[in-house]
Amino acid sequence: MLIENAKYGADPEGNNTCVICDIDGEHCAVPMRVGNRHYDEIMRQVAAGDLTIADAD
Amino acid sequence: MSKAAELAALIGSQTALSNRNLIINGAMQVAQRATSATFSTSSEGYLVTDRFAFSMNGTSTVYTASQDSTAPDGFSNSLKLDCTTADASLSAGDFTQLHYRIEGQDLQQLQKGTSGAKKVTISFYVRSPKTGTHILEIQDRDNTRSISKAYTVSTADTFEYKEVTFDGDTSGALNDDNGESFRLTWWLQAGSTYTSGTLATSWEATTSANRAVGQVNIGDDAANNFYITGIQMEVGEQATPFEHRSFGDEMTRCERYFQRFVANDAYTAWSVAFSTSATSAKAHLKYNCKMRAEPTISQSNTGFNHGPQVAFSSFNTLYTGLDLTWIDMNIGNVSAANVLGHWNANANTAAYVQMDAEL
Repeated sequence: MLIENAKYGADPEGNNTCVICDIDGEHCAVPMRVGNRHYDEIMRQVAAGDLTIADAD
Repeated sequence: MSKAAELAALIGSQTALSNRNLIINGAMQVAQRATSATFSTSSEGYLVTDRFAFSMNGTSTVYTASQDSTAPDGFSNSLKLDCTTADASLSAGDFTQLHYRIEGQDLQQLQKGTSGAKKVTISFYVRSPKTGTHILEIQDRDNTRSISKAYTVSTADTFEYKEVTFDGDTSGALNDDNGESFRLTWWLQAGSTYTSGTLATSWEATTSANRAVGQVNIGDDAANNFYITGIQMEVGEQATPFEHRSFGDEMTRCERYFQRFVANDAYTAWSVAFSTSATSAKAHLKYNCKMRAEPTISQSNTGFNHGPQVAFSSFNTLYTGLDLTWIDMNIGNVSAANVLGHWNANANTAAYVQMDAEL
């Protein structure tokens, strides 16, 4: 699974609500929930030092 | 076997008379994502028929995966793998696999991890370009245990019906939740890392070398085509005739894991939306059914229509639940906030919004 351009998405109060990224070339909003296979893979790559999630705009 | 004998066997096996098949879309009827896609190490995962995923490592083999009309009697579709770039010399760690993944809460009837653990039988129709040994494996993802069985293809390029029975496992209970507990793997290519041991025909702690011993190389020639359909997994050691379901029934079952809302015309609208500034809008989208988990949201060629049509440029989800999502989209200029409109196809019949909660 190729994950690129990851950054947090946030609500108007500034709370992070999702991870915005490109997964295998498709632009996606990934909910921050264990059990979502994309989020689990994002967290695995972050833990391995292979991916960094930028702060929300 | 006569119909009377089939019925007697079914009753005798104490197998359910309906809802026997634990596999969704085993007849390959539903293909929401695409009907054809290239499959290689750089493009694996869920590509064509719903619920079936591909995994590949190392090998330079390239396939075109497709939902195909070539099928045995009684079936309309199969999943086809057309090898377009061959790899006849696999390195040790190379593999190609076809997966089917099952939630633990749907497997509790197997009583895995108890003294009453039940056997399961998987039946299917396969048309392989290679005669000889092929491997079907069940992995217990909760306890890192595996069992593999060989099935033999007798005649190349001909549909053959196969029945493979797996023993129950008295070790390792499956989690009673919505996570992946079983992974069925049809091996298609396997390097020596997976073939150098002794095939794990009884449940054991997963050992790479014992997983695919004897597996032929499906991708060793660019003329090779592999087909599979009619996949059924049922409790017990008696395979029964394939339990055909309606397309609508299969689609509904698939939608627990993946939903794609497609454009029926160039401006199909999926939900009401309103602008929150001149260049942003919010919309909420209700799914067709409750999903397995909070899904990943993506879209292609959508927009905001308030009379005039403006394009959608990027988005963020404010909330994503099992039933619906709230989306905050950046759009072309609509001049002001509080403009009522629709989240819709942006003048494009290829537009879609999709929700992915696959295992």
